[in-house]
Amino acid sequence: MSHHGSGAAQRTVRDVVFVDGVRTPFGRAGEKGIYAGTRADDLIVKCIRELMRRNPSLPAERIDEVAIAATTQTGDQGLTLGRTAALLAGLPRTVPGFAIDRMCAGAMTAVTATAGGIGFGAYDVVIAGGVEHMGNHPMGAGADPNPRFMSERLVDPAALNMGNTAENLHDRFPAITKQRTDAYAVASQEKLAAAYGAGNIQPDLVPVATKKPGQGWTVNSVDEPPRPGTTLADLAALRTPFRAHGRVTAGNAAGLNDGATAALLASSEAAAELGLPVKMRMVSFAYAGVEPEVMGIGPVPATKKALRNAGLDISDIGLFEINEAFAVQVLSFLDHFGIADDDPRVNRYGGAIAVGHPLASSGVRLMTQLAHQFEADPSVRYGITTMCVGLGMGATVIWENPHHPDYSGAAPTAAATATAAEGATA
Amino acid sequence: MSATDYRELAALFPDETITHSYVQDIELPAAGGKPGGGTFALITLDNGLDHTKPTTLGPNTLIELGQALEALRDRAARGEIVGVGVTGKPHYLVAGADLSAVKSLEQREHGLWMAQLGHDVYSTLANLGVPSFAFINGAALGGGLEVALQSTYRTVSTGAGALALPEAFIGLVPGWGGVYILPRLIGPENAVKVMIENPLSNNRTLTGQQAFGLGIADALFEPADFVEQSLAWAARVISGDLVPERPDAVDPADPATAGRWDAAVAAGRQLVEAKTSNAAPAPGKVLDVMAANRTMTQAESAALECETLADLMQTDEFRSTVYAFLDLVQKRSKRPAGAPDRKLARPVTKVGVVGAGLMAGQLALLFARQLKVPVVLTDIDQARVDKGVGYVHAEVDKLLAKKRISQDAANRTKALVTGSVSKAAFADADFVIEAVFEELNVKKQVFAELEGIVSDECILATNTSSLSVTAMAADLQHPERLVGFHFFNPVAVMPLLEIVRAPRTDDAVLATAFELAKGLRKTGVLVKDAAAFVVNRILLRLMGEVTAALDEGTPADTADTALRPMGLPMSPFTLLAMVGLPVAQHVQESLNTAFGSRFPVSSNLQKLIDSGVKGLWEDVDGTRRIPDSTLALMSFGTQPSTAEQVLRRTQDALAEEIGLMLAEGVVAGPEDIDLCMILGAGWPMFLGGITPYLDRVGASERVNGKRFLPAGVASSVAVGADA
Repeated sequence: MSHHGSGAAQRTVRDVVFVDGVRTPFGRAGEKGIYAGTRADDLIVKCIRELMRRNPSLPAERIDEVAIAATTQTGDQGLTLGRTAALLAGLPRTVPGFAIDRMCAGAMTAVTATAGGIGFGAYDVVIAGGVEHMGNHPMGAGADPNPRFMSERLVDPAALNMGNTAENLHDRFPAITKQRTDAYAVASQEKLAAAYGAGNIQPDLVPVATKKPGQGWTVNSVDEPPRPGTTLADLAALRTPFRAHGRVTAGNAAGLNDGATAALLASSEAAAELGLPVKMRMVSFAYAGVEPEVMGIGPVPATKKALRNAGLDISDIGLFEINEAFAVQVLSFLDHFGIADDDPRVNRYGGAIAVGHPLASSGVRLMTQLAHQFEADPSVRYGITTMCVGLGMGATVIWENPHHPDYSGAAPTAAATATAAEGATA
Repeated sequence: MSATDYRELAALFPDETITHSYVQDIELPAAGGKPGGGTFALITLDNGLDHTKPTTLGPNTLIELGQALEALRDRAARGEIVGVGVTGKPHYLVAGADLSAVKSLEQREHGLWMAQLGHDVYSTLANLGVPSFAFINGAALGGGLEVALQSTYRTVSTGAGALALPEAFIGLVPGWGGVYILPRLIGPENAVKVMIENPLSNNRTLTGQQAFGLGIADALFEPADFVEQSLAWAARVISGDLVPERPDAVDPADPATAGRWDAAVAAGRQLVEAKTSNAAPAPGKVLDVMAANRTMTQAESAALECETLADLMQTDEFRSTVYAFLDLVQKRSKRPAGAPDRKLARPVTKVGVVGAGLMAGQLALLFARQLKVPVVLTDIDQARVDKGVGYVHAEVDKLLAKKRISQDAANRTKALVTGSVSKAAFADADFVIEAVFEELNVKKQVFAELEGIVSDECILATNTSSLSVTAMAADLQHPERLVGFHFFNPVAVMPLLEIVRAPRTDDAVLATAFELAKGLRKTGVLVKDAAAFVVNRILLRLMGEVTAALDEGTPADTADTALRPMGLPMSPFTLLAMVGLPVAQHVQESLNTAFGSRFPVSSNLQKLIDSGVKGLWEDVDGTRRIPDSTLALMSFGTQPSTAEQVLRRTQDALAEEIGLMLAEGVVAGPEDIDLCMILGAGWPMFLGGITPYLDRVGASERVNGKRFLPAGVASSVAVGADA
């Protein structure tokens, strides 16, 4: 099938569908974490190979692009990560790739950038994902901020520290108390534990073998960051590292983590041709800038813009996957749209406060979880994935559920509900 | 017995680099990715060192592994685990038994304990009460591969290489169960291929893909997620979701198998005879044990394997092989004795070859392929130049046709090799080697002419096999730049390069020569400028003795087969014909001039050369014999020798010649003589090259009154010089 017409032909915009998404279990950054001594590029390679195994009907040479995000693009996250990951994953050498960076929204930007290419007709099938090994690459390591930020007061230097921006958000919205953020964090841990218990997390995890000195090989198949059973009392005892007598703690914020994610996207025509499942249809996406000092508010303008692009209202959205960099940032979003702290449409499987936030990888985790929830709940037609971004940005993608009776795209194929994992065995 | 019962053996190795057995519990997924598949214990064999230090199995290592397995057996009995896996640090499952340790066992009893310890540990692995899995992630040799064979199931990585049972080559038998399990697993024919044919064919090994193809492994996975996929596979096997098929496995009780088994063993014996003349005991013992164990239980075979191993560990052939393989080929060859500091070496960015004949063409191809620098051939007229360059291009095309190199590499190599009728093309060369007629004055004239063209720093090298490098340097303006660079035929294949230092050769030139050798993937051995250097001097001394015996009236067949107990790659007269009678005679004359009657010049050979006879043996009506026409050319004495006498006089002659070479300082020590004979003449490792053999048979003592190597270095300590 070729959709590529001559330059003079009428161009048609094509639907972009989310075919599949996987991730590594997330680890705690640092020497004791499960990925200490493991390379970031190896983590993303595991994800790409798992996508290929889970979708055996996709010929590898049909992949038109591999876009992989990382915030710090040096060392094991350097050297044009998308291309090196494609080569290391054993994809054909004809498959190109590139590296991408929008800090926390790296993987989300990888998805939307390649989705634009699909809609435009440049790609049929792409892999988009992200990785961040914060143990190997502490946030901002090696960066050299321009002195003009300070001398011309372009950005408050304190805004380069994300914890400070979260405290700033508390200042701006006094109604969001530490009591509320801690309660939200406890709920996030509880929801993740419940999702694990129901088996909603495990199907999209790629086991990762790691080897540490003096310990031998092991295989990691569950997330390391969650602290199930966390209580309000536990959180109340935590110190506030960003401000004396502040509100932001390690308990109501995402941790420092290692992990990788990858998704398979396609034009709806290519998905049909290749027998690939359609788990979501992309409706619209938007990015927006805000003051860097309150970067956590970014999802609000980004979501408004994305809704406007889609011709939808916030009331049309039945499921929210919002990244939990900080509880205060989630609550500022919910307050803005008049949604309750414990609204069951929000982060059904818990969020980054519990599962972790390896910066550039998180966007695809939100999408994978939303896709799982779509399949489980055909009554929901639209969902969003949204996140705040360092230096004052927000990112939002709106998706449509193909299982919904009024689904506007092509009917999902039978394969949409069956994902076979075939190993290359004898 | 339990692994701990071997403490006394382990105490003999207080300095063993222990490969640890780290155990990790892993929760297997059940169907649907949810937990619940049970606990799997994965053992990683790891010595904590990087990939340059292979993991090995010494007594302390085996005891630790045994204890780990015994603990897992107990856990399995308590129902705590559903399976056990064994894998290794990157690049190795585990390389194999610690040969240095095994070689140092002086008493047969200790060797027997070592054999029994391995069986005890592996038997625990094979009888855990739950299935065991070997995840063959990398090299697995001998005892290393037997860890995998003793497991219930095996996966192998496409990235794994160096999979083999090389015991027949080393001088042992695959006696930790390999010789019992392998023919049952993959069929007797392929088992003989793995246990006999491969070891005796330059110690060939298998890739992961090949091992899978033979049925040694049940599943094949790529390296990128080998451990994860192996574990997922193991989970499916344990759950019963997948039953591995083994179409090549045989039941020895099946009468049809018995015939195949015997035929495979018989074919193996023929191969051993052809490859080694049965000069070393191990290959035959492998087949003996395999033949016997068809009707045995595994325990019965284990007892036989242990006794056989204990016997073989005490043989000089085993100890000579370990000396030759580990001490010489793996270690000494990488640190050439007497080579100057490599920092003195100068870069070589362009090479000149004087002459465009066959040798020159081989040299040009080697330099261009390995160094990837421009190479210019010169000769006296355009036709010869074109022929020389044409030869190289044709050889490149052959490599391309065989897919040994890519089209791009072929284009590059061809473009690197050019020809000229003018030596002016050497003006910017850093290294010029001559391959012209083997005549001192011709070579001196070439070098004199070159000095007028090349820079003062350009290194001049000669590929002479018999002329004096010192004499060649005598009239040079810069005699310090001349070095001997003696290759062996065929140049692309033989790994030895004799690097000849003349009295005035300087260290920078010599250092460059050694770096070049490394760049050419050859082993450089430093030799003093002495007639015929090392390999040819020893080969011609040997051929001279056998030819003399023939001339004295010994029947040709007796003379030519007298050395069979040495297991040399070819008989003396076959070698003579391969070298070419005129070439051999020419070198012999040089040696005769240099050393006198130790190198007699045979008038019989000269008559054959004069009549254009290419060799003694010819195929006449399908049988190998000496044609009457050849016999008619020669005259024989009336003092025939027996084969035993020919062998003994040859042993004594070699001991004498090597003793003299060492006294003259031709090389740094007997180890270099041995390395040269292994790499330059293909002499077998079970001779240790040659000096361990001469020590073993008493020739060193008879002739020189002393051994070449101290007892124990390449021999059993218990066996003296009079063995």
